[in-house]
This record gives sequence, structure tokens and C-alpha cells, in this order.
Amino acid sequence: MLLNRKLNVLLFAFTAAIFSQTVTAKPVVIKEERSLYQNVFVEDDGDKRCLKFSVKRRTSSQSCMFKSQPKKVVFNYTKFAMSALVFKAKPERVLIIGLGGGTLSNNLLDLYPEIEIDNVEIDPAVVSVAVDYFGFKQTAKVKTHIQDGRIFIKRAQRKKLQYDLIILDAFNGEYIPEHLLTKEFLQESKSLLKDDGILVANTFSSSKLYHHESATYHDVFGDFYSIRKSNNVGNRVLVVGKSLLDQQAIATNAEALKQPLATFGVDLEETFEYITFEPNKVTEYRVLTDQYSPANLL
Amino acid sequence: MNKQWHNYFIYLLAFTSGFSIMGIELLGGRILAPYFGSSVHVWGSIITVFMLALSLGYLFGGRLSLHNPSLKRYGTIFIFAGLCLLPLAYFSTPILELVFDNIEDSRYGSLLASMGLFFIPSIILGMISPYSVRLLVTNEAESGKVAGALYFISTLGSALGTLATSFYFVLWFNVDTIILSYCFVLMILGVCAVLVNKMEASYVAQPQA
Repeated sequence: MLLNRKLNVLLFAFTAAIFSQTVTAKPVVIKEERSLYQNVFVEDDGDKRCLKFSVKRRTSSQSCMFKSQPKKVVFNYTKFAMSALVFKAKPERVLIIGLGGGTLSNNLLDLYPEIEIDNVEIDPAVVSVAVDYFGFKQTAKVKTHIQDGRIFIKRAQRKKLQYDLIILDAFNGEYIPEHLLTKEFLQESKSLLKDDGILVANTFSSSKLYHHESATYHDVFGDFYSIRKSNNVGNRVLVVGKSLLDQQAIATNAEALKQPLATFGVDLEETFEYITFEPNKVTEYRVLTDQYSPANLL
Repeated sequence: MNKQWHNYFIYLLAFTSGFSIMGIELLGGRILAPYFGSSVHVWGSIITVFMLALSLGYLFGGRLSLHNPSLKRYGTIFIFAGLCLLPLAYFSTPILELVFDNIEDSRYGSLLASMGLFFIPSIILGMISPYSVRLLVTNEAESGKVAGALYFISTLGSALGTLATSFYFVLWFNVDTIILSYCFVLMILGVCAVLVNKMEASYVAQPQA
């Protein structure tokens, strides 16, 4: 009898343990692929699914989504990048360097069904994971090119391709492709922009590299806007162009975009608090060039 | 210059050539990246070209050492090596553009561009090792020991050249500045070798003076 009760208690404790484990489930790696460039992981943490290039480091999530609401944007930098549409409303031709989970491409297609997008991603493993696990959509007008971003841009230059919007999102936080952070690269990118086109770059907001990066962008584009949270952590999104819109035009675009962006969980009013105008200035920091690009050592 | 210092001088030259070969190979990645990216196949191209060129250089250097080996000729190899590296600093862009415009596949593009940029200077730099052995060896019995010491010195130079270039030089200088420095160091050492040879010749000519 006593034994029975003891057993019962034990059984209860056992089930409780199992139950509590399912409630506070640990993240599970559901897909792992070793590619030429990195190890690609897909990790499920409850409703949240993330694309990672390393499971050891906490900061290595490249792209995340909520499985129940795939449209909702998870990362601040993605929200910032989408908010940058106020600087160029209704882009028709878009170039995205660095695919991640394909979130930006999907969201732009969702916003503008007629849009043409060239996605450029160096790692075929990332593309297949984006398609299989993040619902990345490719259509006749939304294409993916498996190529180095710099090579694609040089070839596009020769084909005289022109874009309304170029998004640079090729830095994964651990290693920087140095040839994608030089004055010459930005000049080549600039030559692909239409006169009213903009380039949106997801960059860093900490470390000494930040200043070199600003100097390089200033050198090629002059003044620019940056979007970042005031504390010095996380990403900084830069918005540059051949010519940038005035306040009035930005406000008009913002009014029109407020509702559509809200469906992605992007609060434009909140983002506006994080936008700063950064006028061109003389700095002591060296501009990064093809000749001098120790980005990973700075 | 007495025999011992004479040999130290040759080891110093061999060390410098090892140092600059790897320094330049490393910068090769930097030079090709804007046109062909920095994937593993780009490094594959660079390493293939350097290995191929060095292998031929060893062959030619060994052959050359059969005919009147002298410090003067040895120095001339260094001067030529420096001269052949100069286009790397001044004409790499048109060469890279030409290859990029004509070859779509970045594997063959990077291979051909590496050929155009690095093949000839690496052949000449490769000639230095066997020629050094010839100048240092005086008898058959010690030839293995001399060759070992020579490989030790020149490969140590390569290790340090790789380290110094990738850790520090790229952080301080432009790629072209580093390449030009290698050119000048090689040429100056070559001229020194020629001068030392002259000095020794005049000393031998009038031993009683």
C-alpha cells in the first residue's frame, strides 16, 4: 500500500517533469547543413524559427520568423530596412545582396505584387533553407542568383542594370566580406542606382569599424540617414542615395506607408524616432578601399 | 667578405625571397577579390599558380646554376624578380578587367588572372632556392645539410612573410605600397649581391695588395 503510494508520487513527479519540459521547451535544431561558407542551422524555439550560422553564439541569428504569423517582422534591423521605404516609395526594381531567410524579399513582394527583385546570395545552402523552412518565394520576377555580391554588381554594371532600391545585408556579424565594404564597391553599387534610387545597408553600430564605415559611406554618398536605437548595441541601418528626399516628401510617403507597414509589425512612428540625419564630415578615420580593407581586423 | 659572412648574406637573401613570395601570394587574394570574390576557388587558383610557377622555377634555377654560378648572377635573379613584380602594382586593374570581361566563370577567371599576374614573378622567385644551394655547397658530403638549412631559412621567411603581411601590413598600408616595398627590397638586395661579387672579385684579383 505504502509502496503503491510512493510509486504514485514518483509517477506524478515523473510526468510533471516531462510536462514542464515540454512547456519550457529548449530550442531544437531541426535542420543542419554544412556548406562551403558556413554551417547553416534552422532552430525552432516554440513559435519562433531562426536561421543561424552557429549554434554556440547567442547573437548569430541571421533571420527569424514566427511560424504562426510569418508576416510579422522579428528583428529591428529588418523593421528599419522596411521603414527605409519612406525614402523611396513604390520601388519597381530591387537588388538584395545577402538573402538570409528571404524575409525582405517576401515582404517587398507582399507589399508590391508587381515588384522585380534580384536576390543575390553566395551560399546555395542558405537559399535552399530559405525556400524549405522560411517560405521564401521565387517567381518569374523574383529571382535568386547564387553569386558573390561584388561579382553580381560588377556584371550588372556592364549590363547597365538600374535599380530603385539596393539592400546590402551581407554581413553576418562574425565575418565581414571585406570586398563588400570598400569605396570602390559602393561606387559600383551607386552606379546601379536610378537618379532617385536609394541604397539601404544593414551595418554595425559598435566597434571601431563603425567610424571607418561611416567615413567610407560619406566619401561615396555625402550626407546620409541612419536608423538605429540610441544605445550603442545592435545594428545600424544606413540610407544613402544619389539625392535624398526632402522632409516634405518623406512625410507624404510615411503617411501612405503607415498602414501597410503596420501589418508587418513595423511601427513607423517608432522608427522615426530612431532616424538621424548624418551630414558629411571630415574625420580622422581612414576610408576603406580595395587597397585598404582590413575590416575584420578593425 | 669572409666565407662565413658571404654565406650569411646568401641565407639572408633566401630568407627575403621566401618572405616576399608568401607575402605576395597572400595579397593575391586581396587583388582578386573585387573581381572574383574570395571563395575557396579563388584561393585554389592562387595557390595552384604559385605552386606551378615555383616548381618550374626550381627546375630553371637548378639548370641555370650549371653555368658559371656566381653571386652576380644570383643578384640579377633578384633584380629581375623585383622588376617582374612591378606590373602587379601598376597594371593589375587592366589585366583583371580584361579577364573579367571575357570569362564569365569566376573559377577560370581567377585562374587566368592569377596566371597573368603571378606566374612569371613566382617562377623567377622559385629559381632562387636551387641557385642558393649551388652557391653554398662546397662538397658532396655537406650538400644535404646545406640544402636543409637553406629550406629552413627560406620557409621560415615564408612563414613570417605570411604572418606579417596578413596580421599587420594590411592593417597599416595599401596593397600596392606593400607590393612595391617587396619589389624594392628584392631589387636592392640584388644590387647588393652584384656589388659584393664585384668587391670579392677585385679582392681576389689583387690578393697581395
